[in-house]
Amino acid sequence: MSDGTPILEVENLHAWYGESHILHGIDFSVHEGEVVSLLGRNGAGKTTTLRAIMGLVGRREGSIRLNGEETIGLKPDKIARRGIAYCPEERGIFASLTVKENLLLPPQVQEGGLPLEEIYELFPNLKERLSGASGTRLSGGEQQMLAIGRILRTGARLLLLDEPTEGLAPVIVQQIGRSVRRLQELGFTILLVEQNFHFAARLADRHYIVEHGHVVDNYKRADIKERMDELNELLGV
Amino acid sequence: MQEIFGVPAPLLFGQLLIGLINGSFYALLSLGLAVIFGVLNIINFAHGALYMMGAFVAWLLLNYLGIGYWPGLILAPLIVGAVGIVIERAMLSHLYDLDHLYGLLLTFGLALIIEGTFINFYGVSGQPYAPPEILNGGYNLGFMFLPKYRAWVIVASLAVCLGTWLLIERTRLGAYLRAAVERPDLVRAFGINVPLMMTLTYGFAVGLAGFAGILAAPVYTVSPIMGQNLIIVVFAIVVIGGLGSILGSIVTGLGIGLIEGLTRTFYPEASSTVVFVIMAIVLILRPNGLFGRPRE
Ligand SMILES: Nc1ncnc2c1ncn2[C@@H]1O[C@H](COP(=O)(O)OP(=O)(O)OP(=O)(O)O)[C@@H](O)[C@H]1O
Ligand SMILES: [Mg+2]
Repeated sequence: MSDGTPILEVENLHAWYGESHILHGIDFSVHEGEVVSLLGRNGAGKTTTLRAIMGLVGRREGSIRLNGEETIGLKPDKIARRGIAYCPEERGIFASLTVKENLLLPPQVQEGGLPLEEIYELFPNLKERLSGASGTRLSGGEQQMLAIGRILRTGARLLLLDEPTEGLAPVIVQQIGRSVRRLQELGFTILLVEQNFHFAARLADRHYIVEHGHVVDNYKRADIKERMDELNELLGV
Repeated sequence: MQEIFGVPAPLLFGQLLIGLINGSFYALLSLGLAVIFGVLNIINFAHGALYMMGAFVAWLLLNYLGIGYWPGLILAPLIVGAVGIVIERAMLSHLYDLDHLYGLLLTFGLALIIEGTFINFYGVSGQPYAPPEILNGGYNLGFMFLPKYRAWVIVASLAVCLGTWLLIERTRLGAYLRAAVERPDLVRAFGINVPLMMTLTYGFAVGLAGFAGILAAPVYTVSPIMGQNLIIVVFAIVVIGGLGSILGSIVTGLGIGLIEGLTRTFYPEASSTVVFVIMAIVLILRPNGLFGRPRE
């Protein structure tokens, strides 16, 4: 873990969907270059945490600082332009856009995005399927690669990935895992939401456990082995 | 004189030409409605009134400021588009999370207010608006006489429809729009100012109605109720083409114009109801419209 200001610092974050109060004071931080995971059971509030960071919930309170600057009052498009990119759980591939249009859709928000060639290196399947008439004709794995690939061009250095392995075959999960590791090598900071604990355990430097809209515990990579029993109970794995 | 199915050829072609002219206006208007519905999720009942406003702006520009047809062709859509932007910012933007019904009621109310205001000042009888001099006269095609202005209406509206279609289907801006139709939240999370895009989309689509209005001014008379007569048919066209389908609204608009022309020739009694009969049949056989995608 590096010193200095975290790239993302979430403090006492509350969020609501309409009248339902979903997040009850989430606290965690992510430092530059880290892969950090949010773990938790179904409905714990992991997706809501990511959506709240992006400003995509009805109402939110607390503090979300990006590179030390408060973003809680900003609209989603302004937040994105601070250098953060979001890959949603449902992948969000657009049916009315071609594969290529999907890939090129997110605009550049900062200098220093990955060139297309490097994105194809990470996800060779994408290059082959580029002529596809609709993004949603791709397989689940290809859609996931497209959903990650398209946010790498934007120059955002902090990536929020929501369950990138959900519903995918083991070989694809491995491939996504290699890509995430490569992205870390390339200097990206990644906040990863996962149900697949084994996947997250191999990739993340630190883990936060979310339960009922609270962060109830956190683990460093090194702690995991000796505290496995606790973890199993918390996650129900 | 040559006859086709017992009808003199010039009469048939004359009716088809009128059908094509009407179809051009249908296409321009239903295209705007489709775009507004797709992007803003609003059923814009004020569209007919804004079309009328386009014609009236042209007439007012000419009669009060001496600004003629060609500058009017630019100014009228811009002015109507600006009115649309105010309507969207001040009113529609507060309704997006609500049921369609609210948007429909609001825009219906706006249509009544806009039309009522113009009726108050100018009455319901039409005002004449002469076509520009260069478009007077016509071409003798042998089988029929084609007035120049009518040819221009067809060409201009087709060009604008095609341009709009290309803009939406082939450009980056269009990709943003199509994506925002599906997932506005996600498009916004990519850093795109979606509310601004919605405002400009409404302004643009309503500007198209204004453009149709000034094109129509020399064909029909400029009257505060000219939009009322048209808008119900245009709504039927949007339903037939498939709610929100851009191409569907263009093709259906022209097609319905032609079908009305044919009906007027062979069975005039049905010419004003044929569109609703077609709508009923389409709704039974293809509830998503001819070009519509099934909703997931
Ligand atoms: N749009 C919404 N409106 C109302 N409640 C919602 C909405 N989305 C999620 N919730 C509720 O918020 C709670 C947290 O949901 P969230 O999607 O954040 O969980 P999660 O940890 O991501 O779960 P999963 O592992 O199943 O993806 C759940 O109880 C869910 O029912
Ligand atoms: Mg989730």
